[in-house]
Amino acid sequence: MPANRTGPTGSSPAAGALAAVAILGFAGGLLVSSFAGFRDFLPELLRGAATTVQVAAGGSLVAVVAALLATTARLYAPLPLRWLAVAYVELFRGTSALVQLFWLFFVLPMLGISLSPMTAGIAALGLNIGAYGSEVMRGAIEAVPRGQWEAASALNLGRFRTLRRIVLPQAFVAMIPPWGNLFIELLKATSLVSLITLSDLAFKAQQLNQTTLRTVEIFGIVLLIYLALSLLVTLAMRALERRAGRRLLRGKEAR
Amino acid sequence: MNESPASSSETPMVRFERVSKRYGALTVLDQLDLDVASGEKVAIIGPSGSGKTTVLRVLMALERIDDGVIHIDGEPLTHMPQGDGLVPADARHLRKMRSHIGMVFQHFNLFPHMSAVQNCMEAPMSVLGLGKEEAHTRAAELLTMVGLADKLDHHPAQLSGGQQQRVAIARALAMRPRVMLFDEVTSALDPELCGEVLNVIRELGSAHQLTMLMVTHQMGFAREFADRVCFFDAGRIAEQGSPEELFGNPQHERTQQFLRAVMEAI
Repeated sequence: MPANRTGPTGSSPAAGALAAVAILGFAGGLLVSSFAGFRDFLPELLRGAATTVQVAAGGSLVAVVAALLATTARLYAPLPLRWLAVAYVELFRGTSALVQLFWLFFVLPMLGISLSPMTAGIAALGLNIGAYGSEVMRGAIEAVPRGQWEAASALNLGRFRTLRRIVLPQAFVAMIPPWGNLFIELLKATSLVSLITLSDLAFKAQQLNQTTLRTVEIFGIVLLIYLALSLLVTLAMRALERRAGRRLLRGKEAR
Repeated sequence: MNESPASSSETPMVRFERVSKRYGALTVLDQLDLDVASGEKVAIIGPSGSGKTTVLRVLMALERIDDGVIHIDGEPLTHMPQGDGLVPADARHLRKMRSHIGMVFQHFNLFPHMSAVQNCMEAPMSVLGLGKEEAHTRAAELLTMVGLADKLDHHPAQLSGGQQQRVAIARALAMRPRVMLFDEVTSALDPELCGEVLNVIRELGSAHQLTMLMVTHQMGFAREFADRVCFFDAGRIAEQGSPEELFGNPQHERTQQFLRAVMEAI
């Protein structure tokens, strides 16, 4: 039998694993920083990280809104709008985020629409992840039992009202974990914006590396910053899931 | 051929006129005729697949019919045939007609993210335009009537099956329907919980001028409660009559078979 570890372990194995990763990350960070130019690089890298967070947060917002609109249109809008939504999802899922970014930043100006690098970055990544998010939402909405729609219908609730008051609150809980995945994907994809002149974390790292050639330290710190950010997202989504789950009080009604 | 004993000269509350419903090649309702008088309690029995539940579902306008007309208090629920097909009633008309009817489902279908009282307030507020307080008062009265005065703020997952089904009955009544449909409302319940739900229906029947249609496997309850029992077979009413006639002296061979099988199961 394994010895019972002492110390603050999480209530579940997943929380325990998370804590372990966090502790390891922290220890690794100490190690790297004690070696070296943590003082030299960290301020600059944190400035880059701020840009990264900005793009990720803005992109997440765009992604959620785009996914919500596309999903609603695909499920309930009249035909032309539905086609438009389908086209959006397929186009942005079916081409690479990098190409989309270049389109928004380099091609659109030729058509007379100029976007700032930040706007282009947020829009491209948000629309890209939103296309995947739309699939997540559709799945969650369709997983709400048909009986819920029928009960609402028998009470004469309108379609939109049913969606908003009955179906979406239930679908919401089911879509939190996959959305957590998408937010992390988005966070990692933000490194692409370094290619459209934004000084994000990845850009700063390359810049510092080219001038100092202290590759191991720089990319060690960068790795840890990305990891810390994504763990933050994970923890936030866990908390959200617990809260939403409590409100829904799922149990006997499941069917 | 299907003259209802309870019908009089006045307009029936519900009238099925040669109503057919098909799923692909399968005919679930086969030119069904059925009149239900205002205030009448009709029990619908029959083997599974005989179209019993479909009668309620098309009446609630949860499903479209392929042929025929359904009238509610003299008004058509569906439009008349046009060309070679049926043109369904538009959404507004359907909503108006639906407001006369309430339905209770086999699996309750309560909204799990809302408390009992919220379940009963949602539709009165958003459909009837009641204020929050008025809706709450009405919901609390109805929940008290079904014996759940102390469970107003409980969520469905915190209630037993019988309690959930009683919330569902209160929720339907909150819309003040004239016709109530009960679709095998005790089939998903443990036997010891059926009684509390049936008692509520019993009280409802004696206290209100509600027209009721219930699909049920509870032959004892049908016999005691219903004014009329309809035996369905293959999408038609094979036999109907007062409970005494139908249970005491069934004429049709299929009815005899069915009742024998049901009695053996007890």
